[in-house]
Amino acid sequence: MSWLTNFYRSAVGKKAVMAVTGVFLFGWIFAHMVGNLKLYLGAEHLNEYAKWLRVMGSPAMPNSSLLWLARAALVVATWLHVQAATQLTLMNRAARPIAYGEREYPAATYAARTMRWGGVIIILFVIYHLLHLTLGVHVNPAPFIEGDPYHNVVAGFQIWWVSAFYIIANLALGLHLYHGLWSMFQSLGLNTPKFNAWRRNFATAFAAIITAANISFPLAVMLGFVR
Amino acid sequence: MNLTLHVWRQKARNTTGQFVTYKATDVSPDASFLEMLDVVNETLIEKGEEPILFEHDCREGICGSCGMMINGVAHGPIGGTATCQLHMRHFKDGDNIRIEPWRARAFPVIKDLVVDRGSLDRIIQAGGYISVNTGNAPEANMILVPKAVQELSMDAAACIQCGACVAQCPNGAAQLFTSAKVAHLGVLPQGQPERYERVVKMVEVMEEMFGSCTNYGECEAVCPKEISIDFIARMNRDYLVAQFRGPRSTILPPLFNTEEELVTNET
Repeated sequence: MSWLTNFYRSAVGKKAVMAVTGVFLFGWIFAHMVGNLKLYLGAEHLNEYAKWLRVMGSPAMPNSSLLWLARAALVVATWLHVQAATQLTLMNRAARPIAYGEREYPAATYAARTMRWGGVIIILFVIYHLLHLTLGVHVNPAPFIEGDPYHNVVAGFQIWWVSAFYIIANLALGLHLYHGLWSMFQSLGLNTPKFNAWRRNFATAFAAIITAANISFPLAVMLGFVR
Repeated sequence: MNLTLHVWRQKARNTTGQFVTYKATDVSPDASFLEMLDVVNETLIEKGEEPILFEHDCREGICGSCGMMINGVAHGPIGGTATCQLHMRHFKDGDNIRIEPWRARAFPVIKDLVVDRGSLDRIIQAGGYISVNTGNAPEANMILVPKAVQELSMDAAACIQCGACVAQCPNGAAQLFTSAKVAHLGVLPQGQPERYERVVKMVEVMEEMFGSCTNYGECEAVCPKEISIDFIARMNRDYLVAQFRGPRSTILPPLFNTEEELVTNET
């Protein structure tokens, strides 16, 4: 196992870990977004889907076991992703102790340059999101009804600042994915001339799809399409 | 044309420097950036002041000596050129130009615009070579190399070790330099025996001194030899493969060490 610790100690290895955990988190976020589209089918569909998530895997596995496995994997992936990012950021700061008097960015995109603060916004949002819709802690004036996510979502999004926070966080997520989904190919060394143009297309498409769908939920509630 | 220069002046290592403003008058648009500095230095010498120290040698973009941040971009605004190949026609009369040395922990300022790029040599020393028996040069066609591979190797070998990639990288990373040096040997048959050992050694030394890559692509944009970040992906892949193969060996260890051992194991 020493090769594994050596590997994680290196910055190239950490970036590979960030790429792999990033892909996992991306896959999960995509599935989460697709599931949430049931909001448009009505209360019955969304609530039934929510109930299914709790019995997913049964009868082969006990109720909720797959859900908790997924949650554990998410915590581990997020932890590794954030830890590697933090350590690399510190390493990078140390590599240039004296800043330039003036500097331009001929190539770096806005998305690439906002990865770190974007990541912080996303983490803070995830904490709020879990308190709001998973744990049902009283983080906003909307009443929380256990087992009725449709009601909880709609009641929450009717408060303008809750919707605003969701929209801002998802724009940050979109930028994070726009750079991250492309960057992961580089970090893992997946680079072949035939396939390279598609890496950018892939990142742009999925960043756009996820952001647009996620933002549509609060907008639909605010505009009265979903009530 | 007349220009206002804001130049970083620093007397020696470990002293504090500051920007000093100079007027550059009657600059020819056909002058190179270094020639413009030469003219400014002439006037400084005439006034009895210390001239601005900057590194230069070939002045035709092949030696990699010159290099400075010009208005916040390594080697200036054009792209694909070293500072010596940048001409004053790319500036406008009355422009303010800020000139700074490369900034990185691994590149300490020696004086004014001159930095110590010896850290890059340390990366080369770690593995940027192939081990061969000396003697007569082998016949050139003994090992056939496909044209496309030759071209790929040359694209990487175009690196002149100027350090612009490090200077421009927001992370102060030397990934483009190291990956080019890893690749120009790693793609050729002669580089295969040490391919995985090489990448691990060079990355390890690189990471002792420089930052890490976050795929900004800034290095590629300022590289005077337009070396592609495709080589960085290649280095990452070789490094990951090397870790899976075992860190310091390219050949699987023999199952049996000696013939004797082989015999005893069979019986």
